[in-house]
Amino acid sequence: MNTQWEILVVDDEEVNRESMAAWLREDGYFVDSAASGREALEKTQAKEYAIYFVDLKMPKGIDGIETMMEIKKIYPDASVVIITAYATVDTAISAMKEGAIEYIVKPCNPQEISLLVGRIIKVKNLERENTMLRKKLLGQYQFQDIISKNAKMMEIFQLVKEISSMRSTVLIQGESGTGKELVARAIHYSGDRADKPFIAVSCSALAETLLESELFGHEKGTFTGAISQKPGKFEMADGGTILLDEIGDISPKLQMDLLRVLQEKKIYRVGGSEEITLDVRVVAATHVNLEDAVRQGRFREDLFYRLNVINIHIPPLRERMEDIPLLARIFVERLSHELGKPITGISEGGLKKMMDYGWPGNVRELENAVERAMVTCREHVLTENDFQFLNGAKKDAQEWEIPQSMTLEELERQAIVTTLRRCNGNIKETALKLGMDRSTLYDRIKKFNIPR
Amino acid sequence: MKSLYLMPVGAPDERALDILKHRFEQELGWDVRIAHAMAIPNVAYDAKREQYEAIHILRAAIEAMPRDAERVLAVVDADLFIPMLTFVFGQAQLKGKAAVMSLARLRQDYYSLPVNAALFYKRVEKEAMHEIGHTFGLTHCTEKHCVMALSNSIQQVDGKLAEYCRSCAILLQDSVSSLATDR
Repeated sequence: MNTQWEILVVDDEEVNRESMAAWLREDGYFVDSAASGREALEKTQAKEYAIYFVDLKMPKGIDGIETMMEIKKIYPDASVVIITAYATVDTAISAMKEGAIEYIVKPCNPQEISLLVGRIIKVKNLERENTMLRKKLLGQYQFQDIISKNAKMMEIFQLVKEISSMRSTVLIQGESGTGKELVARAIHYSGDRADKPFIAVSCSALAETLLESELFGHEKGTFTGAISQKPGKFEMADGGTILLDEIGDISPKLQMDLLRVLQEKKIYRVGGSEEITLDVRVVAATHVNLEDAVRQGRFREDLFYRLNVINIHIPPLRERMEDIPLLARIFVERLSHELGKPITGISEGGLKKMMDYGWPGNVRELENAVERAMVTCREHVLTENDFQFLNGAKKDAQEWEIPQSMTLEELERQAIVTTLRRCNGNIKETALKLGMDRSTLYDRIKKFNIPR
Repeated sequence: MKSLYLMPVGAPDERALDILKHRFEQELGWDVRIAHAMAIPNVAYDAKREQYEAIHILRAAIEAMPRDAERVLAVVDADLFIPMLTFVFGQAQLKGKAAVMSLARLRQDYYSLPVNAALFYKRVEKEAMHEIGHTFGLTHCTEKHCVMALSNSIQQVDGKLAEYCRSCAILLQDSVSSLATDR
């Protein structure tokens, strides 16, 4: 009945701890004992106990209250019962102040101890049940690593399950930070290619020629630095899945190469003539609207149709606000472990603040915001004060809108002019703020004829 | 045949020992013997509390255990305690070889009530079955009439029957028969 709960008895006197342990074992509890505070901490580090019975007076090393405080550093919710032979008001007060659940004077009536143990275990059982139910509930909202209870997202989960074992190309569209890569991974790992490689390539991170050799590999001596033959990401993904992220950013030449790969299921290494036949499932992702790009002639229509066999559009976070509390809670749980901060949740006010915000950076921004709040938080719960930084961000996000019919060059010019003014013409500072080299900045100033 | 030894510590009520011998012969199907009486170890006495510490008697009983004994139940007339608690009716090694029980608080006169021999012997049976049950690995039972139910007061002892409930009986039998097949 009680076998799942473990109790630790800490007392320097062997007879005391062994008789107490034996008495508790008769009730069905698994009981460990420790002869000193130090031993108790070693055991506590290895596992969590439901109840700690700690003798107040232990001659060697740390006493009962110190032991309790150390246990509480490891498990802030630990139920510690302090035991003493002589009751003094001072020690009782300090024990309770430091978080003892009970302070008992021995010898104690057996009925009292039974009731106390029963009471604590009842609470522990409820807590455990609560955690279990929450996990169960969460499981309902979880698909692979994606968490949502939004109806549209649920449809996506369903679709992913249905298509995961097909070979058809998938196009995933969605704003930055919505989790396009997670969906691509979910497709791969829930299908029959799960034990084969999943390779992700960001197409916007590399220059055209580099990207080409990255994707298709190259033969030895093809270009300076090509000292040996190197297989590309397509070859590495053979049998599995390749994710081409930010597909909207690739050059016309690469668009054509890719079209050929999709049609012929073959590749040639850069500088090579040997054709390599591959079995790779292609999943492409983009945050730009590819239909628009096709209309404007920036993206090949035939490639678009090849990619867009199955289309998944991930809604931005502002269209699935119901996920914010769920996601935020999960981030708090995960980060509290990673950051080693015992933060247990988010206050009503904190949640409201999050619900009022627009989240242009979507789930990724939410995760970063929770992390930032947790780093500065001094309590056990995140409150609206911890999310004050969202105020300014929201204002900026609302005010910032790209003026109509403005070219990229004009935008760049504006950005440089404004930043220069803010930095009082300081080139070094301006370059740093804009994230560009000083030489590039000088170039642009010259090119755009910006007065200084 | 396996043996259970009932070990008188000091000079406990002889009839109580006879009743227990009979009861355990039936219950376990073992050879139940009454061992030579043992004096209460001095170390067990706590002058301040005017009680005897259960664990010292338990240890002495284990030491004095006859070679052929599979289990030993020390029966003592004196009142027992463990440091943490004001008293205990008895104490056992869970899944172990030995247990100890006290007769002191099973008597009506302990509570300043008229002597009632029948009630006393019934209580003796219950407490002995309870402690021996622990040595066979049984823990406290949630069935309140079961002899393995937790009893911290004489009222709770009286509230249960001198019987193992269905599931405790099965567990006890399993444990007893697994011992028989051990050798």
